[in-house]
Amino acid sequence: MNRIVMLPILMPLCTAVAMIFFRRRILLHRMLNAAGMAAMLGVSLVLLSNVKAGGILSLQVGGWEAPFGITFVADMLSSIMVVASAFIGFTTALYSLGTIDEKREHYFYYPLLQILMMGINGAFLTGDIFNLYVWFEVMLISSFVLLVLGGRPQQLEGAIKYVTLNLLSSSVFLAAVGILYGTAGTLNMADLAQRIPLLEHRELLSVVAVLFMITFGVKAAMFPLFFWLPASYHTPPVAVSAIFAGLLTKVGVYAIMRFFTTIFVHEEAAFIHQVLLVLSAFTMAVGVLGAVAQYDMRKLLSFHIISQIGYMIFALALQSPLAIAGALFYMIHNIVAKTNLFYLSGIIRRLKGSWDLREIGGIYRFYPMLGLLFLVPALGLAGIPPLSGFWAKFLVIKAGLDSEHYLLVGVALCVSMLTLFSMIKIWNEAFWKDDPLGEGGVEDEAYLKMPGMRKAMIVLPIVILGTVTVVFGLWFDPFFGLADKAALELLDAGEYIDAVLGGKS
Amino acid sequence: MYSIILSTASRYLLLLLLIFSVFLLLRGHNEPGGGFVGGLVAAAAYALYFIANGIEAAKTVLRFDPLRIIAAGLITAIASTLPSLVAGERFMTAFWIDTGIPFIGKVGTPLLFDLGIYFLVLGITLSIIFSLAEEDRS
Repeated sequence: MNRIVMLPILMPLCTAVAMIFFRRRILLHRMLNAAGMAAMLGVSLVLLSNVKAGGILSLQVGGWEAPFGITFVADMLSSIMVVASAFIGFTTALYSLGTIDEKREHYFYYPLLQILMMGINGAFLTGDIFNLYVWFEVMLISSFVLLVLGGRPQQLEGAIKYVTLNLLSSSVFLAAVGILYGTAGTLNMADLAQRIPLLEHRELLSVVAVLFMITFGVKAAMFPLFFWLPASYHTPPVAVSAIFAGLLTKVGVYAIMRFFTTIFVHEEAAFIHQVLLVLSAFTMAVGVLGAVAQYDMRKLLSFHIISQIGYMIFALALQSPLAIAGALFYMIHNIVAKTNLFYLSGIIRRLKGSWDLREIGGIYRFYPMLGLLFLVPALGLAGIPPLSGFWAKFLVIKAGLDSEHYLLVGVALCVSMLTLFSMIKIWNEAFWKDDPLGEGGVEDEAYLKMPGMRKAMIVLPIVILGTVTVVFGLWFDPFFGLADKAALELLDAGEYIDAVLGGKS
Repeated sequence: MYSIILSTASRYLLLLLLIFSVFLLLRGHNEPGGGFVGGLVAAAAYALYFIANGIEAAKTVLRFDPLRIIAAGLITAIASTLPSLVAGERFMTAFWIDTGIPFIGKVGTPLLFDLGIYFLVLGITLSIIFSLAEEDRS
């Protein structure tokens, strides 16, 4: 049944409403949150298997036929992304159980998390550009609140930058939507893919394409519009930073992928792919150079997000099936590894009482297993075989070599080296060197006093995500198969158009 | 500042404005009006009462926590989609019952959805106004 397409959006909404209704029962909030995320993960896995078996699913809300009504579409790309987001949502729910303080819980932390998931899933599943705008807003507004919840001055400072830049990009988005509607007369993605090649008045199409590139560039933290990200991501609690780092920028990348492989592929917008290639090189390089200079763990990881976004943009700008599949695989790998590193930085902070790498050390001596857990995502991110990052980078670089972009491939390889360097920096500083405060160093009392159950809750997500990184690396083929199918669907819009418009023109 | 004229008038205005907001809500489907506007007018009615009589009095008259009203509105809106799910139609498909009674006419799930929006807007507006008022007092 096609109704399953709505469930990943509807379920978090229902969970959030139930929590608002019983606003004082914090224990209920915790349980509902974890159960809701787990159920959402289950539903999105069913959705993915349905789409894999039966092709693209579409749902016309209220029975108003496309292109007039609102359409929700689950193709391979959307459903893979929904599974990834539900998975990260689930691990964040666990991690929040161990780390979020009661005050935040009272001020609607869990309902906001659910609404955030609703916005993210909505953005992945919608087939209508104005509707996409609405989901972006749902996602942004809940992320604004999550960012300032707690109200420390540092958080407010970060939030101002985050909110201003994102509101600006939303208004650019809205302007682009208006011009596009005026030019093409429709906002349904499938209808647009069909109509744009036949349009007579094409003057404004390149303008619209550039506007969309800017707005999604801001959301994805692409060079030169990335500076809001390292200014804000290190301020909220780790659970929030982690879900932001894993998912929010990837929604921007998803939108770029959708727009510039399905909708804007005609002559007037083809130059966008060239622009994206150049910007991707800068994104990779600037991001990693920013990271190398940092000593605050969270800032370092925030800069890495930007650098990794560069790889995805590079691959999807190449436009070959292998490159798109590579970009998608890269995105999934990165969501898992990046979220995991943020979780780990939270544990390190709890153990040693500081984010600053210069002030901590000696963790390996007392917690060797934690060192192992750290190495999996860190080496994964750098691209060491047999972990998932190796395959992701291999695909991207292979696609780059195939299309003879040697300079860009060179940049990508150098950036890889620097990524490895900064991961080793964390390893050396936090795990390997002696604690600057002497034998044993600071042991955070708060961590030692934590009940075993809560400790388990913050270690479990790291183990789960680490396992996924290893599994992606060792058992690469089936996952690549999914990504490859998604890439073929994206590059040939025919099936998508048929699924939405029912084969009629 | 307490004004006996405003305070007396607000008691009658509250009722009148609430009736007007329900009128707007019911008028909404085919003519200008609807849940959003109705909810705003209802919130304005309570806001006026609060300006005339103070925050405690306004909260007493409202009886419910605005957050509960928000939740109730969302539940109503979600409930309006249930018939389409149960009947196996596409999500959010409208269902209408023709009551045949003059002035009431057809009643359907879009009205229920609008009612949800009405409560949602009322609850959100009031929770904003009330928290600003409490901020001011403290």
